[in-house]
Order: sequence, then C-alpha cells, then structure tokens
Amino acid sequence: MTGNAGAVQTLGAQESYLADSQMLGAVPAWVGELREAARARFAEAGLPNPRDEAWRFAGIQQLIETAFSLSPGGAQPGAKLIEPLTLGGPSWPRLVVVDGKFAPELSSLAGLPTGVRAGSIAAAVERDDPTVRAHLARHARYEENAFAALGAAFLDDGAYLVVPAEALVPEPVEILFVTSGADRPTAVHPRMLVIAEPGASVSVLEGFGTLGAGSYLANAVTEIVVGESAHVGYYRVQRDGPEAYHVATTHAEIARDGVLSACAVALGAQLSRHELVVVLDGSGADATLNGLYILGGRQVVDHHMVVEHAQPHCTSHELFNGVLDDSARAVFTGRILVRPGAQRTDAKQVNNNMLLSSGARADSQPQLEIYADDVKCTHGSTLGPIEDASLFYLRSRGLDALAARNLLTYGFAADIVARVPSQPVRRVLDGLVRARLGQEAPAPE
Amino acid sequence: MLEIRNLHAAASGAEILKGIDLTVRAGEVHAVMGPNGSGKSTLAQVLAGHAAYEVTAGEVRYDGKNLLEMDPEERAREGIFLAFQYPTEIRGVTNAYFLRAAVNAMRTHRGEQEFHTLEFYDFLKEKLDVIGWDDSLMSRPVNEGFSGGEKKRNEILQMAALEPRLAVLDETDSGLDIDALRTVAQAINKLRSPERAVLLVTHYQRMLNYITPDVVHVLVDGRIVRSGGRALALELEEKGYEWVRPEGATV
Repeated sequence: MTGNAGAVQTLGAQESYLADSQMLGAVPAWVGELREAARARFAEAGLPNPRDEAWRFAGIQQLIETAFSLSPGGAQPGAKLIEPLTLGGPSWPRLVVVDGKFAPELSSLAGLPTGVRAGSIAAAVERDDPTVRAHLARHARYEENAFAALGAAFLDDGAYLVVPAEALVPEPVEILFVTSGADRPTAVHPRMLVIAEPGASVSVLEGFGTLGAGSYLANAVTEIVVGESAHVGYYRVQRDGPEAYHVATTHAEIARDGVLSACAVALGAQLSRHELVVVLDGSGADATLNGLYILGGRQVVDHHMVVEHAQPHCTSHELFNGVLDDSARAVFTGRILVRPGAQRTDAKQVNNNMLLSSGARADSQPQLEIYADDVKCTHGSTLGPIEDASLFYLRSRGLDALAARNLLTYGFAADIVARVPSQPVRRVLDGLVRARLGQEAPAPE
Repeated sequence: MLEIRNLHAAASGAEILKGIDLTVRAGEVHAVMGPNGSGKSTLAQVLAGHAAYEVTAGEVRYDGKNLLEMDPEERAREGIFLAFQYPTEIRGVTNAYFLRAAVNAMRTHRGEQEFHTLEFYDFLKEKLDVIGWDDSLMSRPVNEGFSGGEKKRNEILQMAALEPRLAVLDETDSGLDIDALRTVAQAINKLRSPERAVLLVTHYQRMLNYITPDVVHVLVDGRIVRSGGRALALELEEKGYEWVRPEGATV
C-alpha cells in the first residue's frame, strides 16, 4: 500500500470515530462537555502516526487504517458464557462490563462492605454521584494520547468503585471487561474508575477477554485515585482475542503516603499497547509497578510507562518481565520524570526479556528526566535466551531438556507473580501463568 | 562402577584433562585433590555431562555403559549426582518446587508413582533433618540470596533427596564453617553404602578428617600424578602441592 493511500484510509478511520461519537445517548451537561472537549482534541490530533516517536516500534499501521465501528451494544450473554472469562473466586465481588456497558445481571456486589459504592458509571452519572463527577475522565491525560481522547469522546458507561475513607475491602474486587465479538471490526471503550479515599484499602483485578473471535479494538481507560495513606492493589489480566487490538491507558494519582501496587499481565491480542501513567503527588507516596507478558506467534506488546515524581520522598519500583516465543515482539519504554523539588526520589526500573526463539525481538528504552539533585534513579534491562548454565543445572537433577526449559521459563514469569502482595490474586495469576507455560503442578505456598 | 580410561577433555579449544585413568568401585570413597587449575572441576563437570567441555579422547564407563553418550538427565536418572561448586540460582522457582520436580523425574524413571504435595512434604521433612535444616529455605527461590554455605548445604539436601549411586562432590567443603562442614560430612557418610560410591573433589584435606577416603588421588595439570591411601592427603597437607609437582612433570 502506498503512503498516500494509507493517509486517506487513516482519515477514514478518524472520521468514522468522529461520526460514531455523535451517536451516543443524551447525558448531563458536564459529561457532554467532557466528551466534546475530548472529541475536539481527537479531531485535531488524529490517530497516531506510525512514525511518531511514541508509537514507532509498535507496528500500528493496520490499527490506524481500520475503521472500527462502535459496538452497537445490547449483547446480553448469559452467566454461563461469561464464566470461562472470570478470574476471581466465587466469593469475590464482581463487576462485569459487556461491550462497554455495565451488566448488572452478571455482576455481584454482595461482599462489599457497607459504604463502598460500586457499579455502573452511567447510573452514577445519572444520579449525579459527586465523587464520580469530581473524578470521571478528569485524570487520564488525552492531550498527547489520541486513544485516551477517543475513550473520553465515547464516555458513556463502564464500572466504578469508590472505597470510603478508612474502609477495608477484604476480598479482591474483580472487574471484567467482555467484548462480545461481531462479524465486522468493532470498537469498545471499556472504562473504569477506582477511588480509594484516605486510609482506604482495596485490591482490584481487572480482566479483559472476548466471547468471539474476530477483529476488534478494545480501547480501555482506567483511572485510579489513591488517597492519603490509602492502599490500592491494581492487577490486570489482558486476554483479548488473537485478532484483537488492545489499547489501554491506566492513569493513577497517588496522594501523600499512599501506596499503589500494580501488576499488569498481558497474554492476548495481536497488538497490545498499554500506557501506564503514575503520578506520585504527595510525599511518601509509593508505587510498585510490575508487569509480565507472555507472547507467541506474531503478537506485539508495547508498554509505555510514565512515572512522575512530583513530590519529595516518593518511591517507584518498576519490574517488567517478558517471555517471547516465535516472532513475538515487545517494546518497553520507561519514562521517569523527577520534577524540580522532588528530592529523595527513589526510582528504579528494570525490564527483562527472555527470548525463546531467534525470531523474537525486544526493545527496551529508559527515558530519565531528572530536575532534582538529591535522587536515586536506576534502570536496567536484560535480554537473551535461557541460560545454558541454568539448563545444565536442572538437567543434572534429572529433568529432561524440555521440562528444564519450561521450568526456567515458568520461574522467570513466576518471579513477577510472587511479588503480588494479595495472596488470592497471586493464586489466580500463578494459575494463568502455569496454564500458559505448561506447568501442571500447583506451586506450593 | 566407574571406569575412566585415558580421558582427555578441552574447553574453548584448550586441553584441560590430559589423560585421566581412574576406577571407582561400589562402596568406595575416592578423594581427588589438586591445586587450583589442575582440572578437578573439569573432571567433575565432564562426568555430569556439561556441554562446555569437549571430550577429545578416552572413555568413561558407568556400570559398563558408555557414560559419554548419555545426556546429563540420563546420567542423573541412572544415579550420578554432581554437587556443584557454584550452584546456579533459579529465579521464581521455589526450592521445594524444584526439588519435587527432580525427585519426581527420578521416580518416574524408576517406574514409581510421583509424589503428591503432601507425600513430598513428609519425604522432604526427613531429608531436611539429615542436613539439620528447618523448611525456611524451601519456599525461597532456588539458591537466590543464599549464602555460600547455604548453597553448599542445599546441594547436599538435593543429594540426600535424590539418593545417587555415584555422588561427585565438587569443592563442597570450600566456604563452609566447621559446623556446616561436619553436618555436610555426616550427610555424605550417611549415604555411604556397599552399593554406592563417592568422588570427593577438594583442594583441602580438612573434609577428609570427617570422611575417610579409601583412595586419594592427586591431580596436577590434567593428570593423576599420584594415588594412595588416607596418608597421602595428610602428607600433601604437610608438604603442599609443590611436593608432587616434580613427579608430575616426569609422568
């Protein structure tokens, strides 16, 4: 395809999104304003260009050329159909969103402590929930992120969770985003808002999956507000379909002494792009941002991290491990921004890639911007096949070469899972990793 | 049990073993001593099947079979165990998980049922007692963050669990304090039986205070320059390796 034809097609996709975004239902004025502002920004900026610095590694030509039409919604899959996509235990509170719309009949809010509010964003907007109004679509920055702008232009529904001050949610909360699939390329805009008020404590497990095959765009936006001294566990599992495009923006703000522990697991989609922006906005804020991707075939994953140290005495530790087989491809861009005055910053970033095939490829690039002088910022990356010394060690104990390779690969992935502080979430993630990497026996705890 | 004939081995093109002859019978403990760089560790690694060493001449028979044709895992399953001088760290895999995988690989090979989690823990408990450990290191990743002494003990734990017929211990004594050395020696002595054999590779004779060898060999520059009884180790300790060098040069 010539560059010229590509440009025409791109315009087609952009216009299609703009037209679709006019078709949404009526909403209160403040939501309309949010939509309109985002729509204007998207109209102006357009879809990213494959030559843009922030996108050039990912191979997004097909993504920006395809006019994914807005999913009509209305799919009402039964609980049995959803079951295989769920991740959490039967007693976990669960919020299910199908094609961007909250599905109350599939959700279960029993088990949430009194005072915790959760459910449909559309319903919260309708009854003018002040917390939702104060935070919805107000954090994820879309000025430089066309897909976040697109998500806000399609602001409609999704799931929210508000944990009031000093409340503790004992079990993890699962938020499951399901795409029902269609015979033409459709777009869904899954949205989540998590607010942990001062001193609150909650873990959420966000899952993405599909009921159908086929090509779709899941353009997810998750906003997380960690209040003063609040603790939030944010875990996500992306298992979108083999022809899917998963583009996600996670934006977290952490107030003074707040703690965010995140683990992002990417297993699905043909192209998965996750922009994770974390702002450490009060002294003593602490973010652990870990991730794991296990890819094969021609899958591509692109992580774009932005960790912003806006205040002194904050800590951010990033560790992403990737297992790449066949012709899979991974990109990791880790930006750390230390603002003037953010003294005593402790920022660490590591990206390790294990290449199981000579056709696999990984690129890691740190971007450190430091405007304070008393800081500790480190970054590192490793890249390579399984080490011969480790293989020999395992074989010398009687494991055959394949079992030894599988165990080492599992260990490389399990190293990330083991760092998840929530034991029930750890078990879920370990199960997924074992299933993906052919480890049958459960790991003894 | 083990017959080594005129074994030559090289790494990266450099010849390290230059014609080793050594016979170990069931029930015996042999000590291979020698200065640094004499080829002791290479001998141990070649017996375990490390691919980095190329055998350029000679043969090794184990129970009459050609050992050099066997993969490392086949050797392990047939009862050869190498306690590594520098055990590898395996991240993300707990010590218990790894040990169970290894024990089950052996059991499957012998046609026995694999251990389930609970059975394995009973089995493990018994083995931990042998080296005087509780289970605190079992839920940690294999050798990760272990002290030098813990790594060596962990090798001995694996040996106790895998119950090899021929144990090759590569400098297992180095880096151990006297207490750990005694424990490790006890574990090795416990393994001794008329059906089993031990090859102790060591730089120092102090381990031999606790494990009485049947034969002591001195390895210098890739060749065994002298073999004898327990007294040879003591003589070496007293006179140093310089004492055997001239004789080595005339071989």
